[in-house]
Amino acid sequence: MGKLAKSPWLLHYDGSSCNGCDIEVLACTTPVYDIERFGIINTGDPFQADILLITGGINSQSESVVKQIYSQMPDPKVVVAVGICACTGGVFKECYNIKGGVDTVIPVDVYVPGCAARPQAIIDGVAQALEILQEKRVAYKQQKKGPKEDTK
Amino acid sequence: MIQTISVVAYLLLAPFLGAFLDGLDRILSARMQGRKGPPFLQPFYDIGKLFSKQMLAVNNAQLFLNLCYLIFLAVAGCMLFAGADILMCLFILSTADMFLIMAASSDSSPYATMGAGREMIQMMAYEPLTLLLAVGFYLATGSFQVTDIIHMPQSAVILLPGILLGFFFITAIKLRKSPFDLSTSHHAHQEMVKGLTTEMAGPTLAIMNIAEYYEIVLMLGIVALFFVNENWWSWPLAIAVCLILYFLEILWDNVSARVKWKTLLSSCWIVTLLAGGLNILILMLVR
Repeated sequence: MGKLAKSPWLLHYDGSSCNGCDIEVLACTTPVYDIERFGIINTGDPFQADILLITGGINSQSESVVKQIYSQMPDPKVVVAVGICACTGGVFKECYNIKGGVDTVIPVDVYVPGCAARPQAIIDGVAQALEILQEKRVAYKQQKKGPKEDTK
Repeated sequence: MIQTISVVAYLLLAPFLGAFLDGLDRILSARMQGRKGPPFLQPFYDIGKLFSKQMLAVNNAQLFLNLCYLIFLAVAGCMLFAGADILMCLFILSTADMFLIMAASSDSSPYATMGAGREMIQMMAYEPLTLLLAVGFYLATGSFQVTDIIHMPQSAVILLPGILLGFFFITAIKLRKSPFDLSTSHHAHQEMVKGLTTEMAGPTLAIMNIAEYYEIVLMLGIVALFFVNENWWSWPLAIAVCLILYFLEILWDNVSARVKWKTLLSSCWIVTLLAGGLNILILMLVR
C-alpha cells in the first residue's frame, strides 16, 4: 500500500440511490467504523472537499447537480462510486431515465461494488482513493511548479 | 523587554499552541463519543493540505478580508500579551470579527450570508459581557492596563467570580462550540452547509483556521488574566485553570445540541445580567 493522503475531507452525494448505500456510508462515521481515524471529515461543502462519494445511478435530474458539485471542488480531487448502481447503473441500468453509472457524467477513480456496499468495502475503497489522491497531490504540486521553471 | 518577548512569542507560538489544543480537542471529543479519533497532529495536516489546494475564490475581496480578520486578531492578542489596555484589546477583537462577517457576506452564497447574519447575532449576544469584563477589571484593580492587573496582590477572580462564569459562557460562542455554534460548526453536516465558511476554499479557509487558533489562545489568555497576580504560583494555577476551562468547553460541546438564535441571545443576556451585572453592582456598592 502506497502513501496515504492526509486530511481528506469527504463530500457525500446521493445520485438516485435507494438509501441502502447511504446508510452504510453514514455507518462509516459511527464509533464502530470511525473514518475520522484517517482524518476524514464528512464536510457537505464542495468548496472544502477532496473526495466526492456518490451513491446511486445518475438520472437526467441529478446529472447537472453532479457536474456542478464536481466543478466546485478545488483540485486535486478524487471520485468514489459506492454501490453497484453508482458503478454501472445496477438493476436500474435499463430504466428510461437512468443514464448509467457515475462515470457517464464525471471521471471516477475508485469503484466500490455491492448492494448495498458494506462499510468495510467503503472504507477500503476510500483508502484506495487516498492513495490516488496522494499521487494527484504530488502531480498537482509539480504542475504548479512547472510553468514557473519554463519562464526562467 | 519582557513585553517584547511575550508579544513575539504570542505571534510565533499562538498558531501552534492553538493547533495543538485543537488536536487535543478532536481526540477528546472522539473519545467522549466512543471513537478513536484523528491523529494528534491532524490540524497541521489540515492546514498544510488547505494551502496546497487550488485557489478557488469567488471574488478578490474575500481573501483580503480574511487576512484582515487574521491580522486584527493577532493585534488584539498582542495588546493583551504586551500588557496594554484590555478595553482596547476587546474593541479590536470585535473589529476583527466584523471583517469575518464582511468576508462571509462578500459572496453570493445564501448559506454564507445566513452564516454572517447569525455571526452578527452571536456578536450581539457576547458583546455586553466583554464590556462588563473590562469594567469589572477596572473596578477590581483600578486600571484597564493588563500590566497593572497582573501585578495586584490578589487574583482578580476573588472579586469577579460572576464575570468569569459569564466569560465561560461567551467563550463557548467564541470557540464555536455547541450549543452556540450557530454561524459555522466544527462538526459535520449542519442545516446550512458550512455557514460562514461555505464559500471559503483552500488557502482562504486555512487563513481563517489560523486566525481561530490565535483566537483560542487570546480567549484563554483573558481567562488567565483572572488568576494571575504578583505571586509566581499564580502562573501555573492560571494555566491549569485555562486547561480545565477548555476541557469543560469540550465536554459542553459534546453533551448539548445546537440552540436556536433566540435561546442563544436570551440565555447569554440573562447570564450577562445575572452573573456579570450583579457582580459589578456588588463591586460598586462595596467599594
